[in-house]
Amino acid sequence: MTETALILGGGQAGAQAANSLRQEGFAGRIVLIGAEPLLPYQRPPLSKAFLAGELPEERLLIKPEAFYRQADIEPALGVAATALDVQARQLSLDDGRRLAFDQLLLATGGRPRPLDCPGADHPRLRYLRTVADVEHLRRHFHAGARLVIIGAGYIGLEVAAVAAKHGLRVTVLEAAPRALARVTSPEVSEFFQRIHAEAGVEIRCNTGVARIEGSADLARVITGDGVALDADLVLAGIGLLPNVELAQSAGIACDNGILVDELGNTSTPGVLAAGDCANHPNAIYGCRLRLESVHNAIEQAKTAAATMAGKHKPYAQVPWFWSDQYDIKLQTAGINRGYDRVVVRGDPATRSFAVFYLLGQRLLAVDAINRPAEFIAARTLIPRQATVDTARLADDAVPVKDLLA
Amino acid sequence: MIKITYIEHNGTQRVVDVEEGISLMEAAVSNLVPGIDGDCGGVCACATCHVFVDDAWLAKLAPMESMEDAMLNLAEGRDANSRLACQIKATPELDGLVLRTPIGQH
Repeated sequence: MTETALILGGGQAGAQAANSLRQEGFAGRIVLIGAEPLLPYQRPPLSKAFLAGELPEERLLIKPEAFYRQADIEPALGVAATALDVQARQLSLDDGRRLAFDQLLLATGGRPRPLDCPGADHPRLRYLRTVADVEHLRRHFHAGARLVIIGAGYIGLEVAAVAAKHGLRVTVLEAAPRALARVTSPEVSEFFQRIHAEAGVEIRCNTGVARIEGSADLARVITGDGVALDADLVLAGIGLLPNVELAQSAGIACDNGILVDELGNTSTPGVLAAGDCANHPNAIYGCRLRLESVHNAIEQAKTAAATMAGKHKPYAQVPWFWSDQYDIKLQTAGINRGYDRVVVRGDPATRSFAVFYLLGQRLLAVDAINRPAEFIAARTLIPRQATVDTARLADDAVPVKDLLA
Repeated sequence: MIKITYIEHNGTQRVVDVEEGISLMEAAVSNLVPGIDGDCGGVCACATCHVFVDDAWLAKLAPMESMEDAMLNLAEGRDANSRLACQIKATPELDGLVLRTPIGQH
């Protein structure tokens, strides 16, 4: 009998897994189930070129429709899973179908963390995760419109950059004392705050949201310190919640994501997980990580697909990530969690510098701002787990390639 | 339409019609040319669209920017004619261009 692999989730991880399953020689049936009506598409442009109107929807697709036909992958789009029975090996969908499987990959991704305050159901409050979200945002994304962004994370700042370029009047509210506080150092936060200020974006730190008031076509955001901000559009970008509920209800172990091993296996045999929803043991950092990035989604999907095809390709990756804002390309390699010192290479005033994160003399991570060579060097140095010479790291006169010696 | 010839590592040739302004990475992905991934979607962030441009065409390309030059160091087997296909946009001057794709991206 033909073996059936189900991939639940039509995002970056799901698309990659379907592709990699075939590349690894899996000859059975592959069904790719996506809750959205579109074939798998790239999410990074949603807060950049797609929001800006520079990229049409059809160019977001990860693979064209012909690819799925040629690779004999059955897309099942616009359907969500309602129940997972791991004993009977059946997945129930909200269109009434029940699909039997031999192996199941959970690539369920995440959803925006909802704003938790009175008025959070205001029609002008939106989130950004899907093409449909951006289409809603765009209705009020016009020059002169007042945009209040809640959360100075990557989504918030990327949207702020696009909005400022389009002539919107942008205010960003951040509950923490600085932008990007959860992910980066004060040095990098300060840089991005300055870049945004120069573009006319006002970032107010230490500012939470008490409630949202107003009429149907005007939102009035009341901050924690009692200031009222009128907005034609409010975007909340305050993090992502992993979609783990289906796995949890099926008895699969979860803890900040679906727990997987280095091969992508969950606690239930024959059920794997990959991408934003998965929490993996990272050999380089010696701890569990749940990452929200394209690179992680792609590489975990490759690992899981190999496992499903009977191969052995343990996940061993240095995490990396990028963010484009204005003319700035930020490239991050590694995870800076637990760092005890930073080394700055280059001058932030030149809009080209790198901040290295160390624990003692071991390099954990880098934030490279318009500094691809440092980004690449860090990707080589981090997995070595060797000590680095911080004086040379800080010395911009030492060629980057010499840092690798 | 601008004709671009992609030659795979095993010698398979495909001629793809590319609209002006579309990158040679995107054209490859949407025409199912193997050997090019384009994981970052074409923003010069991942170096998974490494190609070797036929020497006769190399000089007709716009020169590399520093970001592409640096990112190419991530590509396996970088050579003098290595480029990132996401950074080459199709123009009428490139009609007929020939490039080779590697066995796989890093």
